[in-house]
Amino acid sequence: MKALMIPLFILLTTVAISLGVTGLFDVRPVLLWTDALIMLLLLVLVFFIVQVRASAERRATWRQVLRSRIGMATAVILSCYVLVAALDSVHFRPAAQDAAGTAQRSGFYSMEVISVLDLLIMPLHDQMEKSYSAPFATRLYSKEVVVMADGSQQRLYPRLQYGGAHLADHEERRGTDIAWRVAQGAVAGTVLAVLLCGAGVLLVARRAGILPGQLSGVLCGRGGHLPWHVMMLTLSVIIVLIAVAFMLASGYHIFGTDKVGQDVFYQSLKSIRTALAIGTLTTLIMLPFALALGLMAGYFRGWIDDVIQYLYTTLNSIPGVLLIAAAVLMLQVFMAGHPEMFETDAARADMRLLFLCMILGITSWTGLCRLLRGETLKVREFDYVQAATSFGVGHLQIITRHVMPNVMHIVLISVVLDFSGLVLAEAILSYVGVGVDPSMFSWGNMINGARLELAREPVVWWSLLAAFSFMFVLVLAANLFSDVIRDAFDPKMRG
Amino acid sequence: MGAYLLRRVFYAVPILLGVNLLTFMLFFVVNTPDDMARMQLGMKHVSPEAIASWKQAHGYDRPLLINLQARGMDTVTETVFFDKSLRLFAFQFGQSDSGRDIGYEIGQRMMPSLAVAIPVFVIGLLVNITVAMLLVFFRASYLDIGGVVLLVVLMSISSLFYIIGGQYLVGKLFQLVPISGFADGVSGWRFIMLPVAIGVVSGLGSGARWYRTIFLEEGGKDYVRTARAKGLSELSVLFKHVLRNALIPILTGAVVVLPLLFMGSLILESFFGIPGLGSYVIDAINAQDFSIVRAMVFLGSVLYIVGLVLTDISYTLADPRIRLT
Amino acid sequence: MNDLVLKVEGLTTCFDTASGSLYAVDGVGFEICRGETLALLGESGCGKSLTAFSLMRLLPTRQARIAAGRVVLGGDDLLALPELRMRDIRGNRMAMIFQEPMTSLNPVMTVGEQIAEAVVRHGKLRGRALASRVIELLDAVGIPDAAQRSNEYPHMLSGGMKQRIMIAMALAGEPDLLIADEPTTALDVTIQAQVLELMRDLQRSKGMAILLITHDLGVVAEMADRVAVMYAGQIVEQAESRDFFASPCHPYSRKLFDSLPTIAKRHQPLAIIKGNVPPLTAAGYSGCRFATRCDMAKALCEGEIPQLQDAGPGRAVRCFAYDDRYRGQWGDGASAIIPAAAARPQQQESGADGGLLAVRDLKVYFKIQKGLFKRTVGHIKAVDGVSISIGRGRTLALVGESGCGKTTVAKAILQLQRPTSGSVLFNDVELTTLGGEALRRSRADFQIIFQDPYSSMNPRMLVGDIIQEGMIALGVEPDPKRRALKVDELLQQVGLPPEAKGRYPHEFSGGQRQRVCIARALAVNPKLIICDEPTSALDISVQAQILNLLQQLQRTTGVSYLFITHNLSVVAYLADEVAVMYLGRIVEQGRVSDVLTAPRHPYTQALISAIPVIDAGTRRETIRLEGDLPSPANPPTGCHFHVRCPQARPECSLQYPEAAILEDGRMVRCVLYPRR
Repeated sequence: MKALMIPLFILLTTVAISLGVTGLFDVRPVLLWTDALIMLLLLVLVFFIVQVRASAERRATWRQVLRSRIGMATAVILSCYVLVAALDSVHFRPAAQDAAGTAQRSGFYSMEVISVLDLLIMPLHDQMEKSYSAPFATRLYSKEVVVMADGSQQRLYPRLQYGGAHLADHEERRGTDIAWRVAQGAVAGTVLAVLLCGAGVLLVARRAGILPGQLSGVLCGRGGHLPWHVMMLTLSVIIVLIAVAFMLASGYHIFGTDKVGQDVFYQSLKSIRTALAIGTLTTLIMLPFALALGLMAGYFRGWIDDVIQYLYTTLNSIPGVLLIAAAVLMLQVFMAGHPEMFETDAARADMRLLFLCMILGITSWTGLCRLLRGETLKVREFDYVQAATSFGVGHLQIITRHVMPNVMHIVLISVVLDFSGLVLAEAILSYVGVGVDPSMFSWGNMINGARLELAREPVVWWSLLAAFSFMFVLVLAANLFSDVIRDAFDPKMRG
Repeated sequence: MGAYLLRRVFYAVPILLGVNLLTFMLFFVVNTPDDMARMQLGMKHVSPEAIASWKQAHGYDRPLLINLQARGMDTVTETVFFDKSLRLFAFQFGQSDSGRDIGYEIGQRMMPSLAVAIPVFVIGLLVNITVAMLLVFFRASYLDIGGVVLLVVLMSISSLFYIIGGQYLVGKLFQLVPISGFADGVSGWRFIMLPVAIGVVSGLGSGARWYRTIFLEEGGKDYVRTARAKGLSELSVLFKHVLRNALIPILTGAVVVLPLLFMGSLILESFFGIPGLGSYVIDAINAQDFSIVRAMVFLGSVLYIVGLVLTDISYTLADPRIRLT
Repeated sequence: MNDLVLKVEGLTTCFDTASGSLYAVDGVGFEICRGETLALLGESGCGKSLTAFSLMRLLPTRQARIAAGRVVLGGDDLLALPELRMRDIRGNRMAMIFQEPMTSLNPVMTVGEQIAEAVVRHGKLRGRALASRVIELLDAVGIPDAAQRSNEYPHMLSGGMKQRIMIAMALAGEPDLLIADEPTTALDVTIQAQVLELMRDLQRSKGMAILLITHDLGVVAEMADRVAVMYAGQIVEQAESRDFFASPCHPYSRKLFDSLPTIAKRHQPLAIIKGNVPPLTAAGYSGCRFATRCDMAKALCEGEIPQLQDAGPGRAVRCFAYDDRYRGQWGDGASAIIPAAAARPQQQESGADGGLLAVRDLKVYFKIQKGLFKRTVGHIKAVDGVSISIGRGRTLALVGESGCGKTTVAKAILQLQRPTSGSVLFNDVELTTLGGEALRRSRADFQIIFQDPYSSMNPRMLVGDIIQEGMIALGVEPDPKRRALKVDELLQQVGLPPEAKGRYPHEFSGGQRQRVCIARALAVNPKLIICDEPTSALDISVQAQILNLLQQLQRTTGVSYLFITHNLSVVAYLADEVAVMYLGRIVEQGRVSDVLTAPRHPYTQALISAIPVIDAGTRRETIRLEGDLPSPANPPTGCHFHVRCPQARPECSLQYPEAAILEDGRMVRCVLYPRR
């Protein structure tokens, strides 16, 4: 069950770090709409877990999810993504700096909105090259005319300002340097992982009073225990990867740079928040509607059912992409007409993200609503609902106490299933031109930007690779996790 | 059956009306025609005269819902709502904001869309069913487990990756087929092959996995046990009993999208330069041509409702238990 | 013996689960000869169906496997055959029919196709010969218009018809052995009688051996030549049918008989089997599997595993009481067992005091809508003019086959389904016109207990909350502390420990859940409880517990019951009066002792004669009813029953007969008994 405390941990960590940041530095906190909603979502998650812990039956079902090795491993991976997104959701404006880099008197803040994540990976954010450079390159990707020291002009591949800058004139040492950094990172990561896992195991073992002899059995999930070894292994791999990435990124652009010379690795990390926001906020926004309407249609039947069915058939009949396109186009026109409403660019981009979530929510609630209606029609005929009616229990009570808890598994399954679809949809919508704001970091924007360069010879491939890999890991983890959830919550669907 | 169809047509009217109202609200109430004119003419420094003449040229200069200046029927007909929205019911799509006849364009672009969409649909269905049957036949073996993992991996990859990767690998690296373009008639197969293959592969993961679930669910039913108790072989149990019953949900799921095939595929068409309705929509979105988007929204809804009716009819054909009344 | 068809030895089938293997069938052995019927009798979960599937090698899940044993069919050891050869045997030399005819046929193939498939698989017939063979088979199982029926789909046929189709399919390969797994459990009694008769006739003409799997002692008595009783995966007793019914030997078999409700046991508690079936793990047994529930268990029973002991000709019992080495401990084996239910003083047949419920001319119609604007083109007359009344502390049984409208009557009385017309007078208050708050408040007075204890409780609520819900909603006990005490009291009243309130429904067995449901109903102090088939989902021994409980509660609280059931032996045991329903109307109503012993209406007569009886002495000629229950959307004109009635006259089709009150006070609606 302790594994389920992960979201709580993420929330507390985020709050602690952000409190620290606002306390230590002279900054002005900015609460974007989506930030607030993401925090709300984390709170809902914590509340949900508290609920689950209170009920023996639901605890058993969730145990089943985490008992599966795939469930445990993907839960850890997803948690890491969530942690990055949460850190990226605490925004603030740092104190404005003058040209010399010294802080001005307090009360003036930069127009740029940055997040806690930016603070943690500040070098990536700041180290801008001039244009494209390949991963681990020390020079730009295309030749430029450079004025040499002696005043003559030459066309060559100029050195990067930051990528491999520490090599100075010894570019031929790049290979060994990279290998050395990988080794350093791996060793450091492994040591850290072993220390962390060891400490965790000892702590838990002491508290639970497990004898050293039983430890391996407990860790490997035998005898009904959760597969802790899978969790620790996944966590260790992630820690090692982070350590290696840290070592490499401090000297190179791991995934190269894009057209304006921005680090692609940085972009990929920043895109995580966008993807998760679309995948989860959409659900958060549509869920109350789908739930209320689906339950009402199925429970009351009659004309209420007719109206609700008409509503979702109408919405459903419009091809989703077209509805989204139409709405986003209108939003664009609206925002262009009212620039005064947004204090910063970030606020404008954020508002567009929120609206995109809403529009996606409007187009995607119908499926869940129909499922819920069908299930409610079934549940309302169950004897226990009849029994409650014969006790004179009111409609609202019957719906909330008897019907809703017994259709919630459908909500859970469809929410988890929808998530990966929404993440994938973001990329396509951004490609079509109706996705998130072009100034916002997202995998769709990265792909869209890189697509234009595909015709180049030689091909600029690293942006695509980075975006697709980050997206693939997230979606695969989400898909595998949703399979485990479905197996646990809907035994009928088990393959 | 006749009465049923008639009733469905009657039901379709309020739905299409709803669609119409919704798009009308989106396009004309959230933003006024003035906003749109400003958008089309470039945001800055637009004179009121320019806006007025743009509105007049495109027919947005009338009142939205009720024209109090006009007389008789004209109070209703001489409005933006009637002209731009209600005319759609007669499939009068009018002119695009760039001044071309939308109906004509749609007619021109339908065939290229179908040339890609139909093969993707048919081949996709066959491939998905075959793969799913194979996995079910070897169920609970390593082949099945590995296959399912592979399908999950396939469905976790963005379709953009399939397109970009396929285009790069097959078109550019091996130069087997042209990267993009379209030609009418038989000679066009070279252009269509790659998008079709990519369309099929990108749908394989989720499709085959879903069908496998359906097959497994059918396979657990009592009548399958009866078939086994007759001494039938596993193959004839699967093909004669399981497949025939599983086809009911599969076919009906497929029939809904059948009419929508006309709409083509947005992404495939625009990547491969196929002059179909999908790329028409994308171009319209990029050019912010609202008339086209509005027309396509309406067309999409009509086709969806046709799909619903076809679904019901296909139910009666596939399932002897269901009769339409 | 030349006639031996099937010989099973030491058959063991187990389920591999995460926590070890479950031995659901453990060392089962029996023999069946040509033309013989062996009944495998047992309660749910005893492994009888799994035994059948093991014989066919059609195990339900991948976790199940046959661990040991020999199954010899006509010289071939089936368990040693490769799967390909086994397929030639299934449906050919050995065929099987199943419990659920509704789902056992492929819904998208015509029944003719499905039978033809079996014929083709095991023969070489093609074309016209095949078609005529199919029709021949359909004729053989008594399907009228066989040629036309063969082109119909399963959903067009009734349950009884479907089971006949299943039998036709099984006959296609001219099997030596027919395995029938609860073939009539899902069918109504009159249809059950038809199907059982068909099976007997076919066995006589074809000389098949039949392995009949059932939980119903009555069916065994009617059908079987020999009986094997299964308990917890083992056969505990095997005997000739005659001997078995004359004197069951194993303590478990005896308990089964004792817990059967009959008219003779009225007002006495039924015998019950204490405790539950033990878990089926191999490690779980060091002694007799029944020992913990057995009244006559001795120390030895727990310590040593009993084997099947010969106990007379053709008879074997798995009990130490029949073992020569230990017999002394019990004295003379058979007589040592004391009848569990000592006769109790007969309770007085309390006279009818003031009426509690009076239902007059109750009608519930459902609209049939058609066409463009959903015009109402007709009505399904689910309940069509029902009048009943129940006195305080009395029990009225409402009896009828499925689809006759008895559950709709219950819902209409409770106002869960508003009646179309008629009056429901409860305690002199008209319920049909009552609405809103007034109806809500009066709901405490009448409660319901449902058939399926698995769906009648919200799986996500604690038992304590489930019981309290009604009290809170109706304000019966507003003080939380006293309410909690009342819950404990109620649980005790229905025989559950107070700890039960902190647990979820799924942690309880079917019988225990039904107890919780009874406690829930009692919580609001109702004057009337409608029991909708409360025991038909339960095993015989559990049914006895529930019936005892209901009876005891009536004595202590004076509650009235409306008991809806299709099980006439329960009626005979429990009810004071009985009303027989047919197609939305009551055809006969009167005192239980009168109606059940001397039925007057032809339908009641047929219904009673169709029930399989255990005691050969009281067996009567079954009045065979033709066809199935007609649709309530389109009932026959005149008397609804006349199309199936063996005593129908021309005037029966003209108008529905008036109610006649006979000299013993009973009401009959039949032209044979004209109104005076």
